[in-house]
Amino acid sequence: MWRDHELEIAIFVILFLAVSGIGFFAARWRRPDTLAHLDEWGLGGRNFGGWITWFLVGGDLYTAYTFVAVPALLFASGAAGFFAVPYTVIIYPLVFLVLVRMWSVSHRHGFVTPADFVRTRFQSPTLALLIAITGIVATMPYIALQLVGIESVLKTMGVTGSGTLARHLPIIIAFAILAAYTYSSGLRAPALIAFVKDILIYVVILVAVFYLPSKLGGWGAIFDAADAKFTKTPAATDGILLNANNQVQYFTLALGSALALFLYPHSLTGVLASKNRGVIKRNMSALPAYSFLLGLIALLGFAAIAAGVVPLKNPNGTNDNNTVVPLLFDKLFPDWFAGVAYAAIGIGALVPAAIMSIAAANLFTRNIYREYLKRDASPAQEAQASKIMSLVVKFGALLFVVFVDPQFSIDLQLIGGVIILQTLPAVGLGLFTRWFHRGALVAGWVAGMGLGLWMLYKIVNATTGRHFAGSNFPLSEWGFDTKKTIYVGFVAVLVNLAVAAIATLILRATSVADGGDGTEPSDYFADEGDARLSDAPTSPAPSAAAPDPIT
Amino acid sequence: MTGPEEPSTPTPPENAVAGDRSPWNWLLFIPIVVPLLTFLYNADGPRILGFPRFYWLQLAFILLGVGATTLVYQMTKKR
Repeated sequence: MWRDHELEIAIFVILFLAVSGIGFFAARWRRPDTLAHLDEWGLGGRNFGGWITWFLVGGDLYTAYTFVAVPALLFASGAAGFFAVPYTVIIYPLVFLVLVRMWSVSHRHGFVTPADFVRTRFQSPTLALLIAITGIVATMPYIALQLVGIESVLKTMGVTGSGTLARHLPIIIAFAILAAYTYSSGLRAPALIAFVKDILIYVVILVAVFYLPSKLGGWGAIFDAADAKFTKTPAATDGILLNANNQVQYFTLALGSALALFLYPHSLTGVLASKNRGVIKRNMSALPAYSFLLGLIALLGFAAIAAGVVPLKNPNGTNDNNTVVPLLFDKLFPDWFAGVAYAAIGIGALVPAAIMSIAAANLFTRNIYREYLKRDASPAQEAQASKIMSLVVKFGALLFVVFVDPQFSIDLQLIGGVIILQTLPAVGLGLFTRWFHRGALVAGWVAGMGLGLWMLYKIVNATTGRHFAGSNFPLSEWGFDTKKTIYVGFVAVLVNLAVAAIATLILRATSVADGGDGTEPSDYFADEGDARLSDAPTSPAPSAAAPDPIT
Repeated sequence: MTGPEEPSTPTPPENAVAGDRSPWNWLLFIPIVVPLLTFLYNADGPRILGFPRFYWLQLAFILLGVGATTLVYQMTKKR
């Protein structure tokens, strides 16, 4: 098996090790006086300019999700999987409107996490704790998706065994290396690796989207082949266009995913690490370059159909659609280039996994460790707690891989989305209004989370009979006479909002005490150079800072 | 987290007034809403370079997003 892939494996291993070396070296990059402070370890000194932010945020958003999960969905279901494109179009204007306010208020108050913000805005440690736990739990399945992405590459190269441990062993080794350099270098590691990763990915993608179609008779032929395949299948839900039943699902997935994305703690980490509002805003105009790539990569799912790729099997005999893009590369690229492509996918999964685990670790430290376990923690102790937590979070992600087994790997991310969306009223709307009562936000969270998890539980995989098999809920479960499905997160967050609004009216009418507001309107417009209320340390201005040409 | 003991610095008033409000921001709702309207693009024809409308039109929305964010940024940045 693996002997057929010797060259691919060699190139993959060399690139992987080189990148790991960069990860350890990153601790010295733009070296601060000390890494033993959360602003340094967890936010890279809050001093990243345009280019670094572009690579870092891009590295957050374009992950194994892009390279493995989305093409797999197109391969199996057709047009319904293309929702990732509208999703990544609407995210940038949303960030432009919302997250610059978060940057400002965080700059003024020294916030590191969304829960820090909620704690100050609503004066409620309880609500902040809920937000922190939600963020940590929601991040784990998203990291798990990255693991699945790396696994799909390893599986295609034939280096995974068949037993439970042997199957996951290469992943565990890869993650141990990742954990080690994240531990030592903090956010600087993924920021520096992101450069290498993106160069590799751009090369691979540009080659893939021009070379592959020419081998397969052009894009027209690729779409026709996909159309022919979907017409033949008995399922009515696939096809190269949407049908009457999945349009609601399509736009709720796009909108729900976009709203979820900027609530994830790791998106915030990338944004808070930039040095001023202008860097963020300019990036929102430049980042869509990635969306274009994402769309073309998604279509590799159709290219795989045209190339006659047959996915590898799961141990239980079902198709492992995650392997279609790696198999396509194996089939049509020369071996050495397939090796480069696999390394791009593998490294492309590691960067976001590192950023996500750092963000989740910051949440734990700031909002659980310091709030409840050790109130007088020094900055060095905070940084240490975060480092250890980043290991725990990665372990949690491994458990997700082993125990949650949805039909499509994209559902790992979508299940994470259902969870994180429940912080929308407190974090997202909280940036604009203090109208909601803090007790009502807790009530809304409980209602939305309860409903969301119940709906997810009710989604059962038809072949394996396991729960949590997806994130699209059939409306017929509620007695509607229809085959339409809808994204669970969208319904759950609407219920959350409704409950929070009604409870606010009730609590206000009954004069239940609400907390104050530790922020003031001008905090939401503060920019670089404005006074800070917190004594966050500033890195010495790096002399060899990257130029900032995105102007 | 609570601020340090320095009494909360009064914000320069011009900062509070200037704020972030601008009618240009409403432009950003165009690239948020348009990509969600499935009836605009859920069709095969016309094809461009072999891409059915469903695909090329949604990819074109990326340009709509870039255009709107760039315009709003240029119009609202402090001079």
